[in-house]
Parts: sequence; C-alpha cells; structure tokens
Amino acid sequence: MSAPAMGTTKTAHSDVAPKKKRGPGALATAYLVIYNVVMTAGWLVIAVGLVRAYLARGSYHGLYYSIEKPLKFFQTGALLEVSGIVPSSVVLTGFQVLSRVFLTWAVTHSVREVQNEDSVLLFVSAWTITEIIRYSFYTFSLLNHLPYLVKWARYTFFLVLYPMGVTGELLTVYAALPYVQKTGLYSVTLPNKYNFSFDYHTFLILTMVSYIPLFPQLYFHMMRQRKKVLCHVEEYKTE
Amino acid sequence: MSRTTFFERNIGRITVEVLDGRTRQQLCFLDKVEPHATIGEIKSLFHKSYQQLYPARQDLKLDPKGKSLRDDDVLQNLPVGTTATIYFKDLGPQVGWTMVFLAEYLGPLFIYLLFYFRAPYIYSHQDVFTSSPYSVVTLACACHTCHYIKRLIEAIFVHRFSHGTMPLRTIVRNCVYYWAFSAWLAFYINHPLYTPPSYGDMQVNYALAIFVLCELGNFSIHVALNNLKAEGGPKCRRFPHPTKNPFTWLFFFVSCPNYTYEVGAWASFSVMTQCLPVALFTFLAFIQMTIWAKGKHKTYSREFKDYPQLRMPIIPLLL
Repeated sequence: MSAPAMGTTKTAHSDVAPKKKRGPGALATAYLVIYNVVMTAGWLVIAVGLVRAYLARGSYHGLYYSIEKPLKFFQTGALLEVSGIVPSSVVLTGFQVLSRVFLTWAVTHSVREVQNEDSVLLFVSAWTITEIIRYSFYTFSLLNHLPYLVKWARYTFFLVLYPMGVTGELLTVYAALPYVQKTGLYSVTLPNKYNFSFDYHTFLILTMVSYIPLFPQLYFHMMRQRKKVLCHVEEYKTE
Repeated sequence: MSRTTFFERNIGRITVEVLDGRTRQQLCFLDKVEPHATIGEIKSLFHKSYQQLYPARQDLKLDPKGKSLRDDDVLQNLPVGTTATIYFKDLGPQVGWTMVFLAEYLGPLFIYLLFYFRAPYIYSHQDVFTSSPYSVVTLACACHTCHYIKRLIEAIFVHRFSHGTMPLRTIVRNCVYYWAFSAWLAFYINHPLYTPPSYGDMQVNYALAIFVLCELGNFSIHVALNNLKAEGGPKCRRFPHPTKNPFTWLFFFVSCPNYTYEVGAWASFSVMTQCLPVALFTFLAFIQMTIWAKGKHKTYSREFKDYPQLRMPIIPLLL
C-alpha cells in the first residue's frame, strides 16, 4: 500500500512536542541522514526516468521498463527501515514495506504479462511522489530544518496519492489473477511428501480482500496525524 | 449528633473519589470509607453504582499513567491522605480463565474430529465419511485428541490461576488462532491425498514414543508447579525444583520445562505426520513459548538470589 504511514507516529509527536524528543545519537543520525538523502535521490531518479520515457515515447504505455531496475532497488532498500533504528512503529513500517516489496517482486516482476498495464504506472507514480516527499521530510527533520511546505506536503498529498496507489495496486493484482491461475505460479498441490499445499491465486484474492479492512484504517490514521500535526502548528503560529 | 461524636466516629476515615482515567470526570464518590478497606472492596462498592462494571472489569490506579492497584492493597497503606483520588479504566468484558481454556481447547478437539471423519463439504463428495487406509492417520487423531483432553483436564482440575480473568477480545483472537490452525493441519493429515511418512513405521513409532514421553513430562511439570503453589500459598514465593519424578529432572536444566515438553510433543507430532503445517504450528508455538519462558526466567532470576545458574529458559544449555 502506498500510504506514507511510516514514521508518522513518533515523528509527528516530535513536531508537536519538541521538548520530549529522544533523538538518536550522532552516529545514528548521520547514518539516517545519508540513508534518507540516498532514498530521496533514488526516487527522484525514478521520477525523472518516468518523465523522460514519457516524453521520448509520447505515451503512458510501457513506462515500467524504463524504471524497473531503480524501482526494484530502492523499494527493496526500504527494508532497512524495518531495522528499528528509525523511530517509528516497527509493525506499521514493516507491514507497509513488506506489502510494497510484495507488489514489486511477487506480482509485477513475477507476472510479466501485467508489466504493460496502466495500473502499474498508477501505483508507481503514486509511490514515487509519496516517497520523494516522505524521505525529504525525514531528511529535513533529522537536520532540524523542516520547511513547512515539506511537512504540509507530507501530510496532505497522501489524501490523493494513497487512494491512487491502492487503486493501482489492486488493479495490478486483479490483472495478474488469470495468468497465475493458468500457470499455477508459486503454487504447490497435493499429493506431496510434506503434505502441504498453497494456491497463490487464492492467496492473491485474499490479499485483495485484506485491503478492505486495512486501507481505511491506515488512511484515517494518516488523517488524524494530519490534524494533529498541521493544526497544532497553526495554533503556534497564531500565538 | 454533637461535633465531637461526629469527629470520633469518622476519625481516620477516608473519602474516596473515583475519576475516569481519560476524561477525569467524577464517576463515583465514596465518603467515610474505612482506612483498612481493600481495593477489592472499593471495586465492589463501585460495582453497586455501575451494574455493568463488575470488579474484574475495573482497573484502578492512583496515577492515570501508573501501575494498577491490586485487589488486596489496603487503602491506608497507599500514599493517600484523607481523600483518595483513584482513576478508573474499563478493561472490557472479562471471561474467567477456566472458561477461556475450555473455549480454546474444545474447538481444536472437535474441529480435528470433523476432518478425521471427513464430514461433508470439506473434501470432495465421494470422500465423505470415508476413512484413510493409513494407520498413522488414526494414530495422529488419537494423539491430537488425547493432547487436548489432557489440556482440558488440567485446566479444570490442576491449574490454579492467579488472575481471575482475561479480556474478551484476547480470547476471541486466541480462539481464532487455535481453531483455524487446527483446522488447517487437520485438513492435510486427514486428506484423501495424504502421503505417509518417508521412513514408514519406524519414523512413526519413534515419534510416537517421544510424543508420549513429552506429554507425560508436560503433565508432571504442571502437577509440580501446582503443588508449589499449594504448599507455598500466595505470600511464600519459591521457585520450582526437581522432585522424585524423573520427568521433573528437566528443572535442573530449564526454568520452564513445561514449555520444553510442549515443543517436544508438537515437534514429534510433526515428524510423526510429516506434515509441514504442523511443523509451522510447532515453530510459531516455539517462538511464543520462548518469549514466555525468557520472561519467566528473568522474573525468577531477579526474585531469587540463589537461583541456579545452570538453568536456561527453555532449551537446556542453549536458549
């Protein structure tokens, strides 16, 4: 899912109550700044790649191939965020990153036939814009020089980008279903020595269904964070 | 009543006000409470005003962010003056431990049997109420069933619980987990396309032997722990020791041999059925029990200065 929910809880807290912030040590901060700068740059590369490919081809079709490698690299790189050094909920972060990595590798990469779908462009664009904003937000926060614009963007753009990303993701999974069923991709049938079976087709359907309870929760969580972060700042401004 | 009599009658009495932990609204006002009243009695009084909020559901604290008060805490021993302000939180519907275990164990017991007897709508139509040609499948059913019957017996007759209840939400979550997992593993073991173990009867018999030993071991430990509580009583805290029963000799090596035996039983069940879902269940159970064992081990080590150094939480010499 494309929600920038990672790092919101405690980072938002640190926006609201700076006195209570327990930041990481100097070395960890340096590591984090480098990490976030690299990630921002990476997603900018993907954004530029998409724009250039579009201008070169003149159509939205098949742009996935122009950014396939950096997408895989930088999205997978986000797994480092689950290490717990970044002060955000490990569960929420982990879940987010795993779902993104799952979509990148287990769906888009594995089912070649969906790579030409427009839905892929939809979620890739959503992810790209979200991640550029999110990683710059972290970078500036760590350097204690967060422009209001970046904070505002991080807590506002998701309103459109999140549903956009989710739509792209769901459409892509849906498009992959017939191919998975036909080829029996990643599926194990009975009988076998270990008495186990797994139907990837059913698994994908269940994944899609899981969006129904999960997406609203994450979306409303972000909305609440938005209210907390942006409204408090306005209070300080009026004083 | 004269002023002095009023004063004499109410000397030392405490006024208790109960506020909601979140809204700070006053929920209950109790005046002239005896200083030697316990929190448990306060909870009963509170219950009188709020029918739905029976004592087990009440979480009372002196500080909204602090530790919960125990039922046997005495009012005058707490840092309160003549007026005690207590913060309340609703723990939600609670269920007694015995009921909890009944729900958690009866489910897998019956669900497995549904699969063993191949009830309708599980497997294909021609397989309804048929039976497997393999003896290991019947054996597995016997083992699984005995395991849960043993657990039920323990829950009813052996265990003594320190806390009275568990929140409803937790039970629902636990039941879903146990019931779903037992359905999943029963599905494969009793499947018409089930493949018996690669090393045949030898594999099954060895695994069965270990399974039985682990079940006996687990039972012995539960009895030993129970006796410890019985002898000691709530105030006298002792840690468990090996007894004459050889199964309890595992106490020389681990703090929580009941968990060790439990993992052993499930591991041997996995080998006996050669079924990956069972192995997965065993693995997850092992992780959870290791977490519990480590916690228990830490508690023991901290509380008893003479706690044996050799003991590990769950796996002898290793973990």
